[in-house]
Amino acid sequence: MHATVITFPGSNREQDVARALRRAGARVTMGWHADHDLPEGTDLVVLPGGFSYGDYLRCGAIASRANIMAATRRHAARGGMVLGICNGFQIACEAGLLPGVLMRNAQMRFICHLQHLRVERNDTPYTSAYRQGEVIEVCVAHGEGNWVADSQTLARIEGDGLVALRYCDAGGALVDSPNGSINAIAGIYSPNRRVLGLMPHPENLVEPLTGGTDGLGMFKSLALAESLLEQA
Amino acid sequence: MKARVTVTLKTGVLDPQGKAIEGALGSLGVAGIASVRQGKVFDIEIADGLSKAEAEAALKDAAEKLLANTVVENYRIEIGG
Repeated sequence: MHATVITFPGSNREQDVARALRRAGARVTMGWHADHDLPEGTDLVVLPGGFSYGDYLRCGAIASRANIMAATRRHAARGGMVLGICNGFQIACEAGLLPGVLMRNAQMRFICHLQHLRVERNDTPYTSAYRQGEVIEVCVAHGEGNWVADSQTLARIEGDGLVALRYCDAGGALVDSPNGSINAIAGIYSPNRRVLGLMPHPENLVEPLTGGTDGLGMFKSLALAESLLEQA
Repeated sequence: MKARVTVTLKTGVLDPQGKAIEGALGSLGVAGIASVRQGKVFDIEIADGLSKAEAEAALKDAAEKLLANTVVENYRIEIGG
């Protein structure tokens, strides 16, 4: 598994996600927003969290037009994996890699807390190390995480099983989204489930010293995804 | 040539910023405000030598590619003298 983590002006979680990926056994290269091409052999592009371009215009809007995003779209079109976390999810939506848009939290507050999530399916490159329906606890930290889409898009996302993660309580019962997003949606897949966007930060919870390891499964899943590809 | 692109949220899209402003106006005692929706205004200077039709095409391109997210926003183009 060779992951390329892109740094945009204003990204601030790129080192955390790179560290999480390395800890899980992946090879990581740091990529730069102004580059026209991804490093040779990139399996996974990571769009990290942060505040690219100071959230000017709309969150992720300017970063989504960066040079590297054209290469990232070509990568995704070839079936390559793309992981967008928090601001990276906003960038992925603005880039058209995922449907919908992330609006200002309905409660008008920046939220920053530990949050339970339900893993909706474990047959994807991002979740194979989890159990189906497993409840994990990671953190959320965002002001614009209210995922909005038109009713046809929402019906397609739900009908095709493209909801990756939902906000829930410790027992796995769904809760009202902390940001107002519909159907407690915290993360969604592309139709081929090779692109994942999520608001929570699994990269924050990859070792006991800093609060838990519930997020490590996502990066372990990704590290394993390489061998699946090689066998194919 | 001067132009203005106005970007507004589509009807039905929740606008917490507008709601907050609406609430603040109420607490300031400003009477007669039923509701507020917040949008964005872009004042743009068109490069010399473009016709009005060319300017309109360029502004439409700008709005579609960057200024508005047409999933949730509408835009309006006005070209001045």
